[in-house]
Amino acid sequence: MIEIKDIHKSFGANDVLKGISGTFEAGVTNLIIGGSGSGKSTLLKCMVGLHRPEDGIVNYDGREFTSMNFEEKIEIRKEIGMLFQGSALFDSMTVEDNIMFPLNMFTEQSVSEKLDRANFCLERVNLEGKNKLYPAELSGGMKKRVGIARAIAMNPKYLFVDEPNSGLDPKTSIVIDELIKELTEEYNTTTIVVTHDMNSVMGIGDYIVFLHEGKKFWEGSNKEIAHTDVEELNDFVFASRFMKAAKGKF
Amino acid sequence: MNFTNFGKYLLLLKAVFRRPEKFKIYMKAIFTQMNFIGVGSLGLIAIISTFIGAVMTLQIAFQLVSDFIPKTIIGSVNRDSSILELSPTITAIVLAGKIGSAISSEIGTMRVSEQIDALEIMGINSPGYLILPKIIAGITMVPLLVIMSMFLSIAGGYLGGTLSGAVSPSEYIEGITTDFNPYTIVVALTKAFVFGFIITSVPAYEGFYVKGGALEVAQASTRAVVVSCISILVCDYLVTQLLL
Repeated sequence: MIEIKDIHKSFGANDVLKGISGTFEAGVTNLIIGGSGSGKSTLLKCMVGLHRPEDGIVNYDGREFTSMNFEEKIEIRKEIGMLFQGSALFDSMTVEDNIMFPLNMFTEQSVSEKLDRANFCLERVNLEGKNKLYPAELSGGMKKRVGIARAIAMNPKYLFVDEPNSGLDPKTSIVIDELIKELTEEYNTTTIVVTHDMNSVMGIGDYIVFLHEGKKFWEGSNKEIAHTDVEELNDFVFASRFMKAAKGKF
Repeated sequence: MNFTNFGKYLLLLKAVFRRPEKFKIYMKAIFTQMNFIGVGSLGLIAIISTFIGAVMTLQIAFQLVSDFIPKTIIGSVNRDSSILELSPTITAIVLAGKIGSAISSEIGTMRVSEQIDALEIMGINSPGYLILPKIIAGITMVPLLVIMSMFLSIAGGYLGGTLSGAVSPSEYIEGITTDFNPYTIVVALTKAFVFGFIITSVPAYEGFYVKGGALEVAQASTRAVVVSCISILVCDYLVTQLLL
């Protein structure tokens, strides 16, 4: 479980996060949604420690992350897996080396054990046999799946996913969404997905936090989101003609 | 580089010299960088050094036209100029362009494509993993390249001088072997060590703090070369002042 309390973050005079709190449970897919510039990616970066919030607390199963020093944070980070918006695969390494990288760095496993783990992760994301390809040789969807494989290589307790569907076709997006949900339930990870993709919201959003102008405006599940009175949320959810037309059918 | 940047540079260096997560992986990275910086620059440094030595001999011969000056002086001036100044400084400036821009673009691209964030999330000390092997490779390979450059510059002087008839082989050899002061080698290698550090750490700093996209990476790369070259010249003066 990850708990955040009263997170504030600004860049110069621009207040991006204005006191956000929430609790993200393990085994369910937690979504942070909101329009562009609402602060969702900044919140995710504050949670994983890429940004230092000016105020507020991030707790990983009761361990206060924000006040930890560099060495203490490393221990938590070994339990974190993250899929980046652009996949962030290491260009100079093959798919296999990308997945084995955290294992090489932090485990004393033999080469064959690490290879077995890499193959298992690749199998899990349906990319068997792609071990020797370089990131430049992969499609966008394949890169995302390799990113997921790398993120789960160390058996993470916490999985963060930043815009998993950006730049992907709807069919591949669904594959990625379902993969994230499956992994969350299978390994009981605390998964937090930042997205503005409504298919993801309706498909896998067990618990959803809606951000608007740096504040939390709403929280609930995908079953409740279509029946809310919050104007800002309705403007976001039913922005497209398709969603407006489908509104009465939810 | 203003004072804020210099402070950030020192803080980055502090992070670079944290204890590595796994020495074996760092060693592999160090050898890769040694190959890139050292072996990858052999040809370029060899060509530049040989020609500079040859041209230096011709210019010294041209300027020292007098019956009162023995021709052996051509060899000794070329030797001392090559060892003390030309080999360390020209090698460093050429490497700042070749290696510095590559380091800055590599790390800058990793920054804008979130690869450095990925390292941090994994719990890896990204400055240490990315920059330390480059610095170690720089401070070991640049002195070796400078030693090679010294030999080739003096040999180039021999070739240029004898082929053009500006100096006879025996006069040149007598010149380079007379009154040799081994301390000049110490000065040259001290310079090479300092320059090796600058060539790798300054571009790494420029790349590490890039924000934006391709344009900013390119600008950082240009800035890295300019700042490295200026730093090399300033340090060249300081080391010379301190050691001679």
